[in-house]
Amino acid sequence: MTARILAVDDSPTIRGLVADVLRKAGFEVFLASDGVEGVGTLPDADPDLIITDINMPKMDGFGLIETVRATGGYSSIPILVLTTESSTELKTRARNAGATGWIVKPFDDARLLAVIDRVLGR
Amino acid sequence: MPDMDQFLEMFFVECDELLESLATGLREMETPEHEKETVHSVFRAVHSMKGAAAAFGLSDLVTFAHRFETVLDLLRSDRLVADEDVMTVLHRSSDLLADLVSAARQSRGADQARITDLLDELDRLIGDEDDDGDGSDLAIEFVPLTLDFAPLDDSPATTTYKIIMVPDPELYRTGNDPAALITALAQLGDASVTLNAGNVPKLSIWSQEEARLKWEVDLNTAAPLADIHQIFEFVVDCCQLEITQQVDETPHIATPDIAEQPKNATLSMPDADVVPQNVEHGRKADTPPGATTGHVAQSAGQAATIRVSLDRVDRLMNMIGELVIKEAMLYQVVETAGFTEEPDVVTALEGIRQLAGDIQESVMSIRAQPLKLVFQRMHRILREAAEATGKKVRLETIGENTEVDKTMIERLIDPLTHMIRNSIDHGLEDALTRQRRGKSMEGTITLSAAHRSGRVQIEVSDDGGGINRERVRQIAEERGLIAQGTTLSPNEVDSLLFLPGFSSKEEVSALSGRGVGLDVVRREIMSLGGRVMIQSKEGQGTTFSIALPLTLAVLEGMLIQLRDQTMVLPITAVQETLRPTSATLHGIGKHGRVLSNRGELIPIIDLACAFGLRDTPAELDGGVLIVVETDTHKRAALHVDGIFDQRQVVIKSLEENYGRVPGVSAATILGDGKIALIIDPEEIVLSSLSEHSRSAMAFAANG
Repeated sequence: MTARILAVDDSPTIRGLVADVLRKAGFEVFLASDGVEGVGTLPDADPDLIITDINMPKMDGFGLIETVRATGGYSSIPILVLTTESSTELKTRARNAGATGWIVKPFDDARLLAVIDRVLGR
Repeated sequence: MPDMDQFLEMFFVECDELLESLATGLREMETPEHEKETVHSVFRAVHSMKGAAAAFGLSDLVTFAHRFETVLDLLRSDRLVADEDVMTVLHRSSDLLADLVSAARQSRGADQARITDLLDELDRLIGDEDDDGDGSDLAIEFVPLTLDFAPLDDSPATTTYKIIMVPDPELYRTGNDPAALITALAQLGDASVTLNAGNVPKLSIWSQEEARLKWEVDLNTAAPLADIHQIFEFVVDCCQLEITQQVDETPHIATPDIAEQPKNATLSMPDADVVPQNVEHGRKADTPPGATTGHVAQSAGQAATIRVSLDRVDRLMNMIGELVIKEAMLYQVVETAGFTEEPDVVTALEGIRQLAGDIQESVMSIRAQPLKLVFQRMHRILREAAEATGKKVRLETIGENTEVDKTMIERLIDPLTHMIRNSIDHGLEDALTRQRRGKSMEGTITLSAAHRSGRVQIEVSDDGGGINRERVRQIAEERGLIAQGTTLSPNEVDSLLFLPGFSSKEEVSALSGRGVGLDVVRREIMSLGGRVMIQSKEGQGTTFSIALPLTLAVLEGMLIQLRDQTMVLPITAVQETLRPTSATLHGIGKHGRVLSNRGELIPIIDLACAFGLRDTPAELDGGVLIVVETDTHKRAALHVDGIFDQRQVVIKSLEENYGRVPGVSAATILGDGKIALIIDPEEIVLSSLSEHSRSAMAFAANG
């Protein structure tokens, strides 16, 4: 069964790049442009994994992670943070919110896929 | 990387939007009532650009955006106050960012000196507040991928590791899964896994908050140790981890009986940040063949917009033009066949005409874009011009949301840029003069737009000293543009500014003179079917007005007869039509004739004469007079042989195929397939007036 991935990023370029890489790797991809939209897409996308940016309008990545973790059925799905930020302080915040892992942009296609496979246990 | 170009284009489009919201945000920050969200959105704009730019390895852009973003971060966390000095740097940074984007777009190098300059400025603002080490984390972002060459040996040496992992509850809470980690380990080589549940207490004292499971993995792998660490990169802080290397240099097929000499070395996990980023372990990331090539389908709930190439819209617009022509032809055929009295036929035809009009309007609205897109750019032009001249200038914009055709948006940028520079350079006085005249030291340029009777009116006004007509006259005489001592009305003097060759080298300042005069502005506007006018009041300022048609594709025209020719007069210019009567006509001199109309005497122009279809003006006892008003509020009555219809006509440019014809703006195809010229009333009136009718004007002026 193909895994379903929800990618949340306010940059259409990044969304496009991520979606391209993931679709070519055979994932079913759903996109959202901010935290609020990401949470709204949950029932539709029913993702096995979420990839999210941190800095976004309306609801940022931390808010998204906390909300997803508090949503029944998604308390333990992997959530990867994909961001340009790399400070320890922000990583700790993301971790406390419930993030599974952290990937620093610019991402390398192979590395992104490797990490996804790993956290999905494929 | 395949399809990168497509994403790069997408990135530039995104940048355009981000740059716009950045510029808007920065200006909003200067207003006292701005909200905190404004600063956040400005930050996000720069941050997004940085993130996406990094994906394309645009290092100039990334480096600069990073420093810029650091300053914005200080602002949003109230560690820096946005005073005038800071805002100036931010505006300049925003401008440079725009330049860096366009440099990247054209794949050319950027002005390194300017970058360094502004980076220093930004650093000055960051000062001691820089707590994230700056450049250092940038360096991390650009760590090149270490190439992980496999040993050349056919049977690679393997190592056996013992890995013991005791997950904290945190590991489960963050969505990490021990089973997934084990799977990943197993992909590195041969793994035997033992789950030790010995620490799990009796159910009576069991708590789900405590994790007691202990996983032990014996892994025989050819992969380097770093690959194992990589697997645990997300969980090192939420489990107890022990990785022990069992020294075993024997090849893979070695018998297990050989006595092991475990050189037990317990390795502490390095900080995840410094783990080398080698990524290939056990799995190739090749894309499956036949995968979709990057169509970015958006998820449900996204705003329902699509990007369509302009070509397609243009094609649609062209076809609608043809539709309008065909509709006219159909009408003609029906008329010739004598069916126009049939109510059914008339209703059906009317329906088609209505529909064609609606479709045309809809397509026009697709092409329409707010002038905001142009006006926004002018803020920057103004800032740069103000800086270059050392004058303090404020820009006010009115009617930014007025929509015009997209082609005009693009082609308005250059003329407006030139006009704004001109206004700052020549229009506004220096601060001292302004003070002496009792004006505020800061000059104001107002950029306004509005729809006015089927046209779009754009004005650039300054509150400067107005046109120095004596000086303009003097320059024009010196350059031989007018004869010494020519009598000119104030308006005519102002119009001299638009003559080619009016501005010359000595007059040219560093700013507005780049070999381009206002004549170029005028030509560009005219090629858009528009017009430029000047109004100036001494001591109070100058206003340049541009009047543009709403579309470049069709116009509502009055079909007129000139001898055997059919011509089209744009309806927007027509004030009224009347039959000449002797009571309203007056003769002046030999050929001069004026019409008394609404308390005003206006010159009569024989249109057939103006186009060379007749040598002497026709008698005024026949035909029709059409009163037209030019954009400069000059009125004239055009004498034509007859008017026979009013309808939409499709504009077909003559300039592309024939060159410019004086008095003619374009051509069109009529219902019967004949070609008709579209008259430019403004040009006709102005040239006729200056040629023979000055005496009539003088007469009219004297009443």
